[in-house]
Amino acid sequence: MGRFLLRRFGLALVTLWLLSIIVFVAAHVFPGDVGRRILGPFADPAAVASLNHQLGTDQPILSQYWSWLSGAVTGHLGTSLNYRDSVASLLGRAIGNSAKLGVVAFVLVVPLGILGGIVAALNRDRFLDRFITVAGLSAAVIPEFVWAIVVIILFGVVLRVLPVTAQAPEGSGVLTQLEYLILPAIALVLVLFGYIARITRAGMIEALDADYTRTAALKGLSWATVIRRHVLRNALLPTVAVVASQTGYLIGGLVVIELIFNYPGIGYLLFTAAQKKDFPLLQGGVMFVGLVYLTATLLADIAYSLLNPRIRYGSAE
Amino acid sequence: MDSSKASNAGIARSVPPASVGEVRDSVLEVDDFRLAFQVRGRDRNAIRGVSFSVGRNDSYGLVGESGCGKSTVALAIVKYLPRNAHIQSGAIRVNGADVFQMGNAELRRLRATTVSMVYQNPGAALNPAIRVGDQVAETFRVSGSHRAEALARARAMLVKVQISDPDGVMRRYPHQLSGGMQQRVVIAMALAHNPALLILDEPTTGLDATVEAEVLDLIVALRKEFGISILLISHNLGLVARMCRRIGVLYAGRLVEEGSSDAVLSDPRHPYTVGLLRAVPRWGTSKSHGLLDTIPGLPPAIGANIPGCVFADRCGLVQDICQQQEPQLFELDGGRTSRCFFHEKAHLLPTVEAGPKIASRALAVGAPLVRVEHLSKTFRQDGHPVKGVVDVSLSIRPGEALGLVGESGSGKTTLARVLLGLTPPDAGATIDIEGKALRPQISDRPDDQIRALQMVFQNPGGSLNRRHSVRRIIGRALTRLIGLAGRAREQRILELAQSVRLDRALLDLWPVQLSGGLKQRVAIARAFAGEPRLVIADEPTSALDVSVQAAILNLLVKLQADKGVTYLFISHDLGVVRYLSDRIAVLYLGRLMEVGDAETVFQGPHHPYTEALLSAAPILKGETRERIRLHGEIPNASAPPSGCVFHTRCPRFIGDICVKEEPPLAEQEPGHFIRCHHPIEELRRMQRPAPAPATVPGEPSR
Amino acid sequence: MATAIDELVALPARQVARRERLRLLWHSPTFLLGLVVVAFWVLCALVGRLLVPHDPYLPDLLSRLKPPSAAHWFGTDDIGRDVFSRVIVGARGILTVAPLATLLGTVAGTSIGLVAGYFRGIVDEVLMRVVDAFLAVPVVITGMLGLVALGPSTATLILVIGFVFTPLIARTVRAAVLAEREMEYVQAGRLRKENALYMMFVEILPNVLGPVLVEFTVRLGYAIFATATLSFLGFGIQPPAADWGLNLHDQYIYLTGGLWWPVLFPALAIATLVVGVNLLADGLAQVYER
Ligand SMILES: Nc1ncnc2c1ncn2[C@@H]1O[C@H](COP(=O)(O)OP(=O)(O)OP(=O)(O)O)[C@@H](O)[C@H]1O
Ligand code: SF4
Ligand code: SF4
Ligand SMILES: [Mg+2]
Repeated sequence: MGRFLLRRFGLALVTLWLLSIIVFVAAHVFPGDVGRRILGPFADPAAVASLNHQLGTDQPILSQYWSWLSGAVTGHLGTSLNYRDSVASLLGRAIGNSAKLGVVAFVLVVPLGILGGIVAALNRDRFLDRFITVAGLSAAVIPEFVWAIVVIILFGVVLRVLPVTAQAPEGSGVLTQLEYLILPAIALVLVLFGYIARITRAGMIEALDADYTRTAALKGLSWATVIRRHVLRNALLPTVAVVASQTGYLIGGLVVIELIFNYPGIGYLLFTAAQKKDFPLLQGGVMFVGLVYLTATLLADIAYSLLNPRIRYGSAE
Repeated sequence: MDSSKASNAGIARSVPPASVGEVRDSVLEVDDFRLAFQVRGRDRNAIRGVSFSVGRNDSYGLVGESGCGKSTVALAIVKYLPRNAHIQSGAIRVNGADVFQMGNAELRRLRATTVSMVYQNPGAALNPAIRVGDQVAETFRVSGSHRAEALARARAMLVKVQISDPDGVMRRYPHQLSGGMQQRVVIAMALAHNPALLILDEPTTGLDATVEAEVLDLIVALRKEFGISILLISHNLGLVARMCRRIGVLYAGRLVEEGSSDAVLSDPRHPYTVGLLRAVPRWGTSKSHGLLDTIPGLPPAIGANIPGCVFADRCGLVQDICQQQEPQLFELDGGRTSRCFFHEKAHLLPTVEAGPKIASRALAVGAPLVRVEHLSKTFRQDGHPVKGVVDVSLSIRPGEALGLVGESGSGKTTLARVLLGLTPPDAGATIDIEGKALRPQISDRPDDQIRALQMVFQNPGGSLNRRHSVRRIIGRALTRLIGLAGRAREQRILELAQSVRLDRALLDLWPVQLSGGLKQRVAIARAFAGEPRLVIADEPTSALDVSVQAAILNLLVKLQADKGVTYLFISHDLGVVRYLSDRIAVLYLGRLMEVGDAETVFQGPHHPYTEALLSAAPILKGETRERIRLHGEIPNASAPPSGCVFHTRCPRFIGDICVKEEPPLAEQEPGHFIRCHHPIEELRRMQRPAPAPATVPGEPSR
Repeated sequence: MATAIDELVALPARQVARRERLRLLWHSPTFLLGLVVVAFWVLCALVGRLLVPHDPYLPDLLSRLKPPSAAHWFGTDDIGRDVFSRVIVGARGILTVAPLATLLGTVAGTSIGLVAGYFRGIVDEVLMRVVDAFLAVPVVITGMLGLVALGPSTATLILVIGFVFTPLIARTVRAAVLAEREMEYVQAGRLRKENALYMMFVEILPNVLGPVLVEFTVRLGYAIFATATLSFLGFGIQPPAADWGLNLHDQYIYLTGGLWWPVLFPALAIATLVVGVNLLADGLAQVYER
């Protein structure tokens, strides 16, 4: 198992490094003249040159990459052009808010999605299954901002029961903060539910059809025991990995949700960075998102290998 | 009550099943059971009325080709059917209670205490996430044992199924056990509550022959000890006949013949059974005894509407009445039944593949076609070297068929792949073909060597590109190998199709539209496209049913007679190898253990490993020779035993010398090589000669 | 002597199976619903201008943000344009960008997947690590980065979405190719010394087209998702197009004031289109799985 995890860790590092190249190329090479791209076609050439100098984009490409990468590794991601603050501290502040929202969404969606998948699988091909599957996946392909708009209209405009921004007033208690986070979280839940339910359902069905389930049933165990002891155990294993990969979708969704609900998290920050062509912040933010995602999947791998005896104990031969 | 039900269903039946022998005391009665599967929105009947009963303490075997409904019947007995299955009519009674009428609680009790089941692929039958001990113990906890007590009983049960290290096994996960071991665990669970009936559905298919023999012995022993009835399901007539007192032959969801094993085997009364028996090469016979008989055609698909006899389409004795009217179950003497109007002349079934006997070729003693010297192949697995093939030296004579046998992992396929250039051997090997060195990588070989070596694969489905038509598949080989195009190519395609007996109408079809046997013919045509010198056939018939297998073997024999090609024939089925091969080479853990003429290798004296392999093979006729059993697992190729690699399992083990010193592959008689410290005379003394070929049941005098 | 033609029974069976599948498809309510919805929007994209009661681009400052009425079924937006007309013609942009981007991603992804799966080893390792790197960041964010770097336009939008989908499709195709590569027909090809291009494109590609097609339909849904989202963020389809996402970008601020109509209808349009595509994909998968 050690080998397995070590390899995964190594791969994650390589992936992160490749991501740095991709991000660097996108931010430094694609735009051609970075200063010009930021200031626009009518800006004074002197201003462009001075901006390029300030950003270091007048240096040779490789040395730009080197100084950016070595900074990034030590946590120095440069200074945001827009906020005139260090990128690292901006990200640090934003991630806390996003984490709150993300956790609320996950706490809602993971049990619901798993439950939905289980119920669907147990009613395979019957109405309830088709309903959960089709509705879940349809909900998942509807963009978050559409859901956000729908829930805002429903809860904020028609029913007027929930606040339509996500940021609770300064100094609110936990419950108030939660109340403000409910609507944005619901929009995220609607999108993520379908995936988790689908993967759970697939895992369940594989386990239900497996010979070992038949063995268990033919032992004379009650169906509930068969499900609990034999099916769920194997079925939920793949779900672990999927839940982790959902952090990716989640962060993607945050960009839109935080914008609509006016919530100062990482998504909002990335959006402003992109809108203001704040390349240092955008670059740092994308790397940071990649880091979060890779950490989550790495943790999922660890959980998976702890739960899976085939990895925990290599085979006999 | 059920007789009325049966007549409601409108089935003429001359014999109620209960009257066949065990009237009162049957554990299982299957009574005119009919079932359909819903596929693409329609019900398609798969079981078309099956009736039989299994007596208390009796053994009953159900045989039939794949898809005839064996497993479905088995699963119906415990009412664990696929979701799209619909029971149409009939009843299944266990100890007199109708399974289909049972509520959940009753059904659970039935499964827990009365009927157990063991099926193919024990690896999948055990839960991968639960320790073996807990899984076995769970069986006892169902009946209310406490955890500690259940574990103790589980341990005792593992001892009963002859697991030598029960504590170790209890702590392990299923994937850490070998296949044979896993099957023992499954059997232990099945026997936990001393069931009245044990259903075994292909319990040893997929296991190696020596392991299979051990598991079957275990079943026999346990049956004696526990006094349970068994229902054994298999496609292998020989195996069923050896294990069971009575057998039933299933065809297209219909039981066509039933009776005691001896009677059915020696005097079959249904043309289908006759055909099946003739299609299997009889023990010790070879191609020089003549071609095998085959059953033409294919079984009807599920859902097919069959007004008359289910076998009518393929039956050589078919008359008009067979097409129109379903034959009733004829009761014959000796408690036998047959569902054929002409049961008394079933043995007169005409042979399909009559043909000239193929004389064994006078083998050229001159230069070998292929010469292999010091061929080894080492793989790397998790950083450890694993020796797939170790120092094999071998020559293949032109025009012969060399059979390669050995258990799984013995290196048969690796050897074939090395010859073909698909896997390069370790440095130091030399391979010649017709005196010219063969480059290790296929990409370095000149075109004539590419042409010279071709292959027929095991899985006919996978070896043909399913997006290419038959014509294109064969044509491409002609283009690549001998550069044919246009008219010449078309001409040659037709000739090749003709030579493998593929109708030209089939050339425009896609592989999915062909049956397994036809696909294999296409693959053979492709292999012969470039006029090869050596054709390697790796288990070419093991994915096929016996009746189809016979046709393919016949084809291979005829092609060899016509074209003088040389075969390297790999199979785990010794009967098949014996039938086709002129010489046989036996591999164990990548080493050659014995090489000799097929006849000599079969007659003995054999290498102790060969002896065990032969002894493990299920044989149609009951016979008396001493059975040799191998115990223990096949050792891991990454850590082979010292000295003679076979010493951990050898039944003729001498002592220290076997552990310390690897014996040479010595020519003990002219042309007969054996790798053993025993001198050949010693082996001869220890091994009584094998019996002469059994007489042929149901064989018309030719 | 019986010939092998006896075994020809499989031929009609296959045709029957195909016919039965089609019949099931025509009887699947979800598939039909999807078909109707998608067909409707495709029609709007093609000839929407001819169907609408008002000029979708004409501002009318006298009737700004009017609620739905007989004259303006879906009300008017903040500069008085007819929301209904804008929703109808708004289908065009997204239905141009999404299919083209999906096509681009499918072609590129399939090629990369074929090469990685066929050659395996170092080529595969390198390609897959790059794919992983792309997949570590959500599509919307990569898309945003690409569009900011290249400057937004319809062409870059297609390029960027196609580009970010490439690794996803490559991964699926690679998995299919790896499975295919284990098939014995590939070995049979090697025994004829076929070259790599022939093996990849003539032997293997036809066999992985099934998964590729499924992937295409699924990705099409996500391409619509991504196009709409990027347009909503202001990096996608640019003004003055009547695009739904772009409309929402301009109008959603009025939502907090309770003015829901300029927002709700384009949002519903997006929702129906993606759900329609999803239902089509689901219907196909259902029928082919059975
Ligand atoms: N769930 C199912 N849906 C549709 N058809 C099925 C299903 N299960 C089995 N069948 C079909 O029913 C027939 C009988 O199947 P069954 O598995 O009982 O045969 P078998 O004799 O056990 O075959 P094998 O030797 O291959 O195990 C076959 O034609 C099979 O394809
Ligand atoms: S009833 Fe007729 S077709 Fe059927 S097996 Fe007997 S002879 Fe053949
Ligand atoms: S050398 Fe010894 S262990 Fe090996 S086969 Fe001969 S008797 Fe058995
Ligand atoms: Mg079966």
